[in-house]
Amino acid sequence: MKTPFSLLLASFLCLASLGSHASDIAERIKPCEACHGNQGRAGPDGYYPRLAGKPASYLYNQMENFSQGRRRYTMMRRMMEPLSPQYQHEIADYFASLQVPYLPPSVKTTAPSTAQMMRGKQLALQGDSSLNIPACNSCHGDKLMGNSANVPSLLGMPAAYLGAQLSAWSQGDRTTIAPDCMADIAKRLTADDAAAVTGWLSAQPIPQKTTAIKTARTDSHVRCGSAPELHGAMK
Amino acid sequence: MKSCSLTCKWLAAIVLSALLGLSAWVTWDNWGRFVVTADAAPADTLPAQQALARGEYLAHIGGCIACHTNKGGAPLAGGRGIDTPFGAVFSSNLTPSQTHGLGTWTATDFQNALHWGRSRDGRLLLPVFPYNHTSVFTSQDVQSIFAWLQTVTPVDNEQPAHRLTWPLGTQPVIAVWRSLFFNPTPFKENANESAEWNRGAYLVQSAGHCAACHGQRNTLGSFPAVDDLSGGFLSPQMWLAPSLIDASQTTIANSTVNDTADLLRIGQSHSAHASGPMAEFVQHSGQYLTQADALAIARYLKSKSKADTPSSTSRSLHMATSSPAAQTLYQTHCASCHGKNGEGKPHAYPALAGNPAVVLTQPENLIQMALYGGYGPSTEGRPRPFGMPPYLFTLDNQQIADVLNHIRSQWGNQAPAVSPIQVDHVRAASY
Repeated sequence: MKTPFSLLLASFLCLASLGSHASDIAERIKPCEACHGNQGRAGPDGYYPRLAGKPASYLYNQMENFSQGRRRYTMMRRMMEPLSPQYQHEIADYFASLQVPYLPPSVKTTAPSTAQMMRGKQLALQGDSSLNIPACNSCHGDKLMGNSANVPSLLGMPAAYLGAQLSAWSQGDRTTIAPDCMADIAKRLTADDAAAVTGWLSAQPIPQKTTAIKTARTDSHVRCGSAPELHGAMK
Repeated sequence: MKSCSLTCKWLAAIVLSALLGLSAWVTWDNWGRFVVTADAAPADTLPAQQALARGEYLAHIGGCIACHTNKGGAPLAGGRGIDTPFGAVFSSNLTPSQTHGLGTWTATDFQNALHWGRSRDGRLLLPVFPYNHTSVFTSQDVQSIFAWLQTVTPVDNEQPAHRLTWPLGTQPVIAVWRSLFFNPTPFKENANESAEWNRGAYLVQSAGHCAACHGQRNTLGSFPAVDDLSGGFLSPQMWLAPSLIDASQTTIANSTVNDTADLLRIGQSHSAHASGPMAEFVQHSGQYLTQADALAIARYLKSKSKADTPSSTSRSLHMATSSPAAQTLYQTHCASCHGKNGEGKPHAYPALAGNPAVVLTQPENLIQMALYGGYGPSTEGRPRPFGMPPYLFTLDNQQIADVLNHIRSQWGNQAPAVSPIQVDHVRAASY
C-alpha cells in the first residue's frame, strides 16, 4: 500500500516540478529568441537556425563547442560561456521538446538554375563517390530530418545559413569532437557544389510526418566523434 | 671624415658610460640578487593535506586555473590566449609535465616565479602574469599552491609562441620595464585594523589581484600598485573596471558586506549584477571563495569606498536627455524586464534606476550590455541565471545611444550623453 502511494506522490511531484520548470525556462531562454525566433522556430531575418525540435544532444554539443572554442561565433560564445553544463543541458532539452510549426521556406533573391538544382539533389540523395562525398541522407536521415540523438535536420533552414556552415567547416571555424566527419566532407566540396546542395536543401518542403529515424550501422569504424550512433556510416 | 673635437669625445664618453651604467643597473636590478643569494624555500609549516587543500583553493580564487587553462583544453595545461594592448600572449603549462610544465621545478623555483617574476631558467617572465600581486603571497601560501600543482595530471602541452611585435617581449625590454614598474611588495599587515580587514586586504592584493583590472596603468602597461583600486580600462576588450574607492561608481559603499559578498560569490546581489570580465571572475574564481573570505574582502573594500567630490570633468560634459523616440524604444525593448520605471525584477533583472553601473561617466559597459546582452555566470547560489537578449542586430548605433540616453536621464539618473560613435567603438571591439 505504501509503495504505490509514494510512487504516485513522487510522480505527481515530478510532474508538478516539470510544469513549473517549463514555464520558468521559457522566461530564462528569452535571450535566445532574439535571434532564433519565438520558441526557437527560426530567426526573424531567416538566417538564424531553428532550435525547436532539434536533437537535444546536438544542441548541447553546439553549446559546448561554442563555449570551448571548437565553433567560433562571438555572440554565441559570449552567451554560452558563463553557463554550467547542467543549465546548458536544460536549455537544450527544452528546445528539443518544442514541436512548433516551421516557417515557410526562405525566399531567395536568385533562384538556382535547373542544372544546379539537379546537382544539389544528386549530392543530397546520392552523393558523389568519385569525390568521396557521401549523400546527405546517409547520415541526416532518409527524409533529411536528422535523428533523435546527435544529427540535426537539414531542412527548414535558409541556403545562406547552410552555406555559411559548410564554409566555416572547410575553414576550421566550425569544428567538433574528433573525428570531425563534416569537416572532411566540407573540405571536399567545391564552392559550386556547396551552393548547389544548400540551394536544393533550402528549397525542400518539410515532410508532414517526421518520425525520428534510427540509424543502425554495423561497421564499428568511428567516423563522426559528435554522433556515435553513426559509427560506420559514410563508407 | 671630420674627426671629433675634444668636447665631442668627452660627450660621447659620458653618454656611453651613462648607457653602460644604466644597463649595468638594469641587469643588477633584475638578475643581481640571484648571483648573491637564491631564496631558499621555507619549510612549509602546514600539514601536507591542509597545504594541498589551501593550494587548490588559492589556485581557484587566484585565477591560476582560469588563465592557465585553454578553452576546451586540459586543466592548467596552458595555451590560453590573452589579448593585451601590445598583442596576444599565451599562458604557460602549470601541470607537472617533465617536458613542458613544472615537472622539473623545485619549490624554490616556484617561489622565485611568484615573488620575483623569474622563470626556472633565469628568464624574466612577461608581466601579463601579475607577479606584483603574487609577490604579496606569504611563502607558505606559495608553497601550498606549488604542492597542489604538483599533484594535478601532467599534460605535455607546449606553450604557443606569443604574438608580440619585436622588441616587445624580449628580455632586455622586460628588464627595463621591470626596473621602471616592478617592486616586490610582501603583504604588510595594518595593526590598527581587525584580523578580518587584514585578511580582506591580503586577498584583494594577492590572489584577488583586483588592481590588475581596477587599478590604473600608464601607456607602457605599468603594474598598478597592488592596492590601487581607482579604476581601470581594459582597452582590447572595451570594458571599464570601475573605481572601487569612488563610492558613486559601485554599490559597495551603500550596500551591506553580505551583498558585496553575494556579488563576488553568486554574481548577483540585491543591487548589482556582475557582467563582462567581472562575471568571468565570478565564474572562474569568485564562486569558489569561502563566505568568510568573501565577507573579509567586502569589509576591506567597503573601508576603501569613499564618497568622492563630483569631478569637474563630468559636470562639463553634455548630459544625457531623452526623447519620445527613445521612450518608445525603452517601452518596446526594455520595460518588460527592467520595469516601466527602471525598477527591475528582484532576483532576475537588475534595476536601472539608481544603479551606479548605469550612470558611469564612461558608458562602455552599458553599451556592451545593450549590444550583447547575455547571461551572468551559473554559480552554486544561482545555477540558472536569467539573461538579456542582444540588440546588436536589432538596433542601430543611434537607437542604442538613444535608449541608453533615456535610461541615463530618467528616474533620478543623471549621466553624460552616449554618442552613436561610442556605440560603434564597442561594436568594433573583439571580445
